[in-house]
Amino acid sequence: MNLKIALFGIAKEIVGQPELTVTAPEGQPVHQLLEQLRTDYPALRQLSSLAVAVNNEYAEDAQPLQERDEIALIPPVSGG
Amino acid sequence: MIHIDLTDQPIDVAAALQSVEADGAGAINTFIGTVRNRSTGRTVVRLEYEAYDSMALHQLRKVAEQAAEKWPMVQKITVVHRKGTLYIGDVAVVVAVSTPHRAESFAACQYIIDTLKQVVTIWKKEFYEDGDVWVAAHP
Repeated sequence: MNLKIALFGIAKEIVGQPELTVTAPEGQPVHQLLEQLRTDYPALRQLSSLAVAVNNEYAEDAQPLQERDEIALIPPVSGG
Repeated sequence: MIHIDLTDQPIDVAAALQSVEADGAGAINTFIGTVRNRSTGRTVVRLEYEAYDSMALHQLRKVAEQAAEKWPMVQKITVVHRKGTLYIGDVAVVVAVSTPHRAESFAACQYIIDTLKQVVTIWKKEFYEDGDVWVAAHP
């Protein structure tokens, strides 16, 4: 399956584009996607934290991803 | 009872305060976050706020709902966050809470701004005279 991943803030700068499409096995868990992205973009490892959001909620490491999910990479937030 | 907004226009603070007025409220507590001229010893020229809009709005509402659950006497809550380019003194965020008595309004207001900073998908880039940094990105 192809996963579309929205990127924001420093993650968007590191990857160099606002959206990324990655090919992953059906039901790939969140932590494997994170590992793949950290391998492809090692600068992501330097961040204080890196979360994945699925359908506007923070996702657990083991959560399986589906092609229809709205997925985003969430670097450390700094609102307020 | 809960009003949430994310805007690229200047925040109307008076309107935000007015939006939490309630006959049952004896207290209105407000937090106004403004752009400071210095950060970690450097002179700040401007800030740029970027948001993941749909998630930021959803998470802001959840934070406000949590506050209303923790302090059931809460009458109304308004949270407005700015995005885009801001300069020194500009208002970045307003949290307003009305309650019958003051203690709950202080507590709920602080809970909302503290939790907002931890979970809401908004990112701030500080621009200095000699560079720029995504705030909190690195340890």
